[in-house]
Amino acid sequence: MGVLPYLVAAWIFLAGCYGLATSRNLIHAVGCLSVCQSATYVLLLAVGYRDDATAPVFSDVKPGSRPVVDPVVQALTLTDVVVGATVTALLLALVVQVSKRHGTVDPDELSELRG
Amino acid sequence: MSRRVRLWLVAVGGGALAALLVAACLDLPAFGGARHPYGDRAVREALARHTANTVASVNFDQRAFDTLGEMTILFAAVLGCVVLLRQTRDEHRARPEPEPVALPVRRYALVVLPVALLTGLYVVAHGQLSPGGGFQGGVVAATSLHLLYLGADYRALERIRPVGLYEVGDALAVSAYLVTGIAGLIGGSAFLANTLLPYGTFNTLSSGGTVPLLNAAIGMEVACAVVVLLARFLDQAVEIEEEGK
Repeated sequence: MGVLPYLVAAWIFLAGCYGLATSRNLIHAVGCLSVCQSATYVLLLAVGYRDDATAPVFSDVKPGSRPVVDPVVQALTLTDVVVGATVTALLLALVVQVSKRHGTVDPDELSELRG
Repeated sequence: MSRRVRLWLVAVGGGALAALLVAACLDLPAFGGARHPYGDRAVREALARHTANTVASVNFDQRAFDTLGEMTILFAAVLGCVVLLRQTRDEHRARPEPEPVALPVRRYALVVLPVALLTGLYVVAHGQLSPGGGFQGGVVAATSLHLLYLGADYRALERIRPVGLYEVGDALAVSAYLVTGIAGLIGGSAFLANTLLPYGTFNTLSSGGTVPLLNAAIGMEVACAVVVLLARFLDQAVEIEEEGK
């Protein structure tokens, strides 16, 4: 159990990388990048976990009565999610333009430059 | 590079990376351990500043400057999407035709819309107290408006969603965050330092000093940004057509 969550994060990251490398569709590739990014969420939350702890929110928990998980990595994960969403939006906008200009979303067919 | 060569390269590189990652994982502190020095300090600081939601305190107080950077990324990405998805010279706008909507879908969408909008605003307003905050609530509020697209049609959505106004709102929210930061500077301490306002009573809406203000600014920015982003993508899908079609 000790390192399993970390290994899960590594596995998700590698699965995303494999998808990126073998992708035949740019939209699929953007999805794979999101999979890679979700590995970082798992890793960050796993690093911050504490046994038998609750969420670091004290609106209904008396401070000091229970251990709480690490709030710093949770905030980092939040940042991560936001940046991931914006990157996905920007990449999808690029895919829309690529598909319009070149008539294809297969990265292998986009290899030659056209002026 | 042929697909075979590429697959081999991925296999070799991925295998080596996997080995390194596993070695790194085995060296990390054990999962669920009790030692979290930064977490303990963040909790102590958040309680000292009467912010019940420690994550909000980390984002809008202790790491407020990083959130400014994060917000700038969001703003820049929206700007990039607006530029990338603009109407080009060889395209024209087609008038979207109203489509028939199944009655249960229409009823459900119109009933859920106000509930979802209110939930989004509630999550933004209670960001310093309960799980959630500007980022999450902003997304909920922005997507709730788009239930009108599902329940009615695109023209109904366009009537309640003047995109220009939301673009201005996005910029205003970013400015509001900056102004709150500069207010700290003028008030005699550091940029974005949470020393200006009283910390208030623990676990009430006005607690946490500048945390609720920054939280609200982020909520407004995220809501406006998501509306603008979705509007640009929907324009591409519904309205903008190539010439000659």
